[in-house]
Parts: sequence; C-alpha cells; structure tokens
Amino acid sequence: MAIDPGSLDAVPPAAAPRRTGDTGRPVRSFDWQGFALKAIRVALFYIALIALWQLVCELELWARLLLPSPEQVWKQLRFYTDNGLLQDAVQTSMTRLFIGYSISLVIGLTIGMACGANKYVDETIGSLVLGFQSLPSITWFPLALLWFGLNETAIIFVVLMGSIFAVAISARAGVQSIPPLYRRAALTMGANRFQMVRYTLIPAMVPSMAQGLKLGWSFAWRSLMAAELIFVDGGLGQMLDLGRNLNRMSLVIAVMLVIVVIGVTIDRLLFSRIEAWVQERWGLQSA
Amino acid sequence: MTERARDDERPVSQTGGDLLALRDVSRHFRTRRNDTLALDKVTLSVREGEFLCIVGPSGCGKSTLLNIVAGLDHADEGVVLFDGRPVKKPGRARIVVFQEPALYPWLNVRANVELGLKIAGRGGKERRQLADRYIALVNLRRFEKAFIHELSGGMRQRAQLARALAVEPRMLLMDEPFAALDAQTRDVLQQELQEICVRTKATVLFVTHNVREAVILGDRVWVMTPAPGRVKTEIDIPLPRPRSPDSHAVVDLAARVRAELQHDIYAAQAAEDSYAI
Repeated sequence: MAIDPGSLDAVPPAAAPRRTGDTGRPVRSFDWQGFALKAIRVALFYIALIALWQLVCELELWARLLLPSPEQVWKQLRFYTDNGLLQDAVQTSMTRLFIGYSISLVIGLTIGMACGANKYVDETIGSLVLGFQSLPSITWFPLALLWFGLNETAIIFVVLMGSIFAVAISARAGVQSIPPLYRRAALTMGANRFQMVRYTLIPAMVPSMAQGLKLGWSFAWRSLMAAELIFVDGGLGQMLDLGRNLNRMSLVIAVMLVIVVIGVTIDRLLFSRIEAWVQERWGLQSA
Repeated sequence: MTERARDDERPVSQTGGDLLALRDVSRHFRTRRNDTLALDKVTLSVREGEFLCIVGPSGCGKSTLLNIVAGLDHADEGVVLFDGRPVKKPGRARIVVFQEPALYPWLNVRANVELGLKIAGRGGKERRQLADRYIALVNLRRFEKAFIHELSGGMRQRAQLARALAVEPRMLLMDEPFAALDAQTRDVLQQELQEICVRTKATVLFVTHNVREAVILGDRVWVMTPAPGRVKTEIDIPLPRPRSPDSHAVVDLAARVRAELQHDIYAAQAAEDSYAI
C-alpha cells in the first residue's frame, strides 16, 4: 500500500490550532525579573538568620563553647582550608562515596531489573531486598570491620549497602510500572526481544531510574557520614569527630556547613537537572 | 490427519482475493468462577484493499477478535489465515492502531514515526523520507518536533496512524481509534482517514461501537453481538466517497445497521433467557 508521492502535494497545510510556537514546541523565555526577586528574598532570609545567630552569641545566653559565633565558624573554615586539611577530607569522602555509589548502581540496577522482570526472582531476592532496605546501613559496620578489616573496603561496603537497596527497589518499580500498551505497540511493530528492551523497556524505565539514582545518592551520602564518624582514617566524618575531641564546636559546625553545601551542590548540579530533563521528555507522566 | 492438514491449507486458493480469512474462531476466557465465551465460531474475511468495519456494543469481543488477528492474542479454536498463512505472532504486516495513543513519550512525533521503521531495519535516509511522507499525509508537519504530551488527543491519533502507515503494512487493524476523542475531532479524523485510505488503497479492519462511524468508513459492516461474541449480519455500504456524516444515504444506512444490531442483541438475549428458564 505504498502511496503515490506526487499526490501528496495536494495535502493542505495543517489545520491544527497554533497555540504553540512555529516548531510546535511551547515557547518559554527565562523570567529574569522573577529570578532576581527570588534571589533577593532568599539572600535576605539567610543574612537575617546569620545576624540573629551572631546576636544570640553576643548576648552570651549559652557558653561560647556550646554555641560558637558565625565569626568563629568562619575562622575555622579559613584555617582548615588554608592548611589543606579540609580539602583532603572532602577528597577522601568523595572518593569513597563515588566508588561505593557506582558499585551500588551497577548491582542495584541489575538486581532491581531482574526482580521486576521475573516473578520468581522477585519472590526470593526481591523480598530479601525489601527486608534489608529497612536496615540502616551503619549496622553493617561491625560486620564489615570483621570481614574486611579496618580499611577503605569496609567503609565503601557500608556506603554500598546504604544505597544499593534503594536503587534496586526503584529499578524494580520502574520495570513493573511500564504500561502494557508500550509492549503491545512494540510487538505490533514487529520488535524482537532485543529491540523490545532497547527501544521500549529501558527508555520507559528512565523516570523511576532517575528517582532511584537520587534516592540512592542521598542514602549513600548519609551512610558515609555515619561510617566516617566511627571510622578512624580521614574524611569529613572524622573531621567532625576531631572537633568533638578538641571541644571545638566551631569546627564541628564548619564541617556540617561543608557537608550541607556539598549535598546541595550535587543535588542542584546533577539530580535536579536529570529530574528536569525527565519531566520535559517524559511529560506529565512523571510529574 | 494428513487429509485434514491439506484441508487447512486449501483456503489459500479458495479465498482468492481475501487477504485475511477467519474460520470458526473461538476464544474462551476462563477465570476461577466462570468461563466466558468471548468469540463463538466467528467466520469472516477481508479482501485486499477493502475497509471492513466490525460494529458492536462494548464487551462483545470485537477487540479480542482484532487482537487475535494482530497476533497479540490467540484463538482457542478455528483458523486465522493472513495471506494464506496462519497467524502465529504479531508483526508489522498487520499493524495495530490502538484506542489509546500508544506513542512513546520520550520520543517526539518524528522519532515515534521513525521507530517502526528502525525496528524494521530500514536505513536512515529511507526512514527520514518515509517519515516525511506520512507525517505530511496525516497533517502533522508543523508538529513533528513536538513531544507526545504536547499534542491534543486528535493529533496523537494522527501520529499513531502515521507511525502505522510508515512501515507500509499489508493491513491496518484499528481498535476504536477515535472512541476517546470529542465529536468534532472525530468527524475531522473520519474524513481524513477516508481520504488517506482512498489514496493509499489501504486494507483496513476497523472495530467500533459507533454505528455512524462504521457506515461512513466501511465498504462493508459486520454486526457483532455480545455474550457470546458472534458476527451474524453483514451489510454492504455501496456509497461513493468521501461520505459526509449527515448525508441521507449515510443516515439511512446507519439506521439500518442500528436496527440489525438491536435485533441481533434482542435475539441473543431472548435465546439466553429461554436457555435460563
């Protein structure tokens, strides 16, 4: 039933409504004014917060030891940045996080997809995953020390156990929530097994996988901090412990701020962008 | 046994111009509590280049019938021959246009249309040409870069139609594709589908519960009755195209089809009642 291309010239131009742009995509322009106003509001809030903090410290309601002033915190931050200890700690922590998180993504996605695709795997491995998910990953630490010794492997293991189950559960949900219609559409187009996976199942899973990535990341990050507090060698968690040992709360708060900044930055730079992209491409489905 | 096997193959020559032939096709749905006969010995055929409509109330088994032809479901008894060969699995020679727009939201309109061709293993240049041609045919040229959630219901069904036509199937199977659209959009799409089918000489099996739609689109209409699903009455629609939904001939024939449909449903119900007593 090939058609005569010549006859196509007679096709009238689209009579569709023109509420979108010329390309058919909605027209959006960046709202600079709104953005600036929002930035000012947020900045004012934080300036007020820091001022209040400084004020409370000046009034000396609590001992300086218990509540250091913003000024003291800033000095600590400068001190540990200048001698490079803070950068070292950040690097150590991020390396552990990166290794543990990467391994958990590979294994977690594999387990999760297997659970989603196969009933028997889901009943067995899947139930195990659900059980372990309820276990805070720091509880693996004693075992990890026995198994691997007091070294990097032990701490990476704790990070891995922190995020792997969250990633697996999201991947499983991703496979299970694929609308059957997508499968049927691919079948009627004559897709073979490989094409079905490549063109339908994997792209359909992307929204829940993006969710799993983010969830896994936040679990990994928390697990790492908990483990480093107990662990002896380096990292931001150890620096917190150092501050406690020195009775220097200004250092503790400085490190806490660094942890917040790293967390927010990675979320903004990576996961929020992934989320925005998923929402644009996958539409209302994931919104 | 060999005798019968040969008997099964014979319809190839017997049916002649038939592209699709169903003989005594039955389908049961068994649940723990009851056994529903969704299709009861359905026999019908579709000729090459013909537009055949099956009209019946919801739940009469017409979608089941279409799925069996598509290869997405199987018959418990009977034979389904497509181009002389038994239908075993789904394939793009008998492509389905679903009631819900079965488009992939992560692809824009053009990529959706090209996907069927990609699966068929067509090269990039050919894919682009065919996509161009069929996107233009369904009047979606302006929207080829749009994602699916940016389209209206009618545009989504146009895109789905373009994707189906682009692989140049032997036959289109349409499962109430306009049922979820508002009346105005449905009228427009019915007219466009008529034009497209005349131009492409498509062979179509179209399932609907809308009598008027069946009469506008079909060269022939089969009336289907529910519980168990049977096709009983066949009505020819020898009207010239394009057919307007308001022309007297269409209205008259629709009235006839509706009468047949009601008659068949009552008859089926009466038979059921006497059986129950």
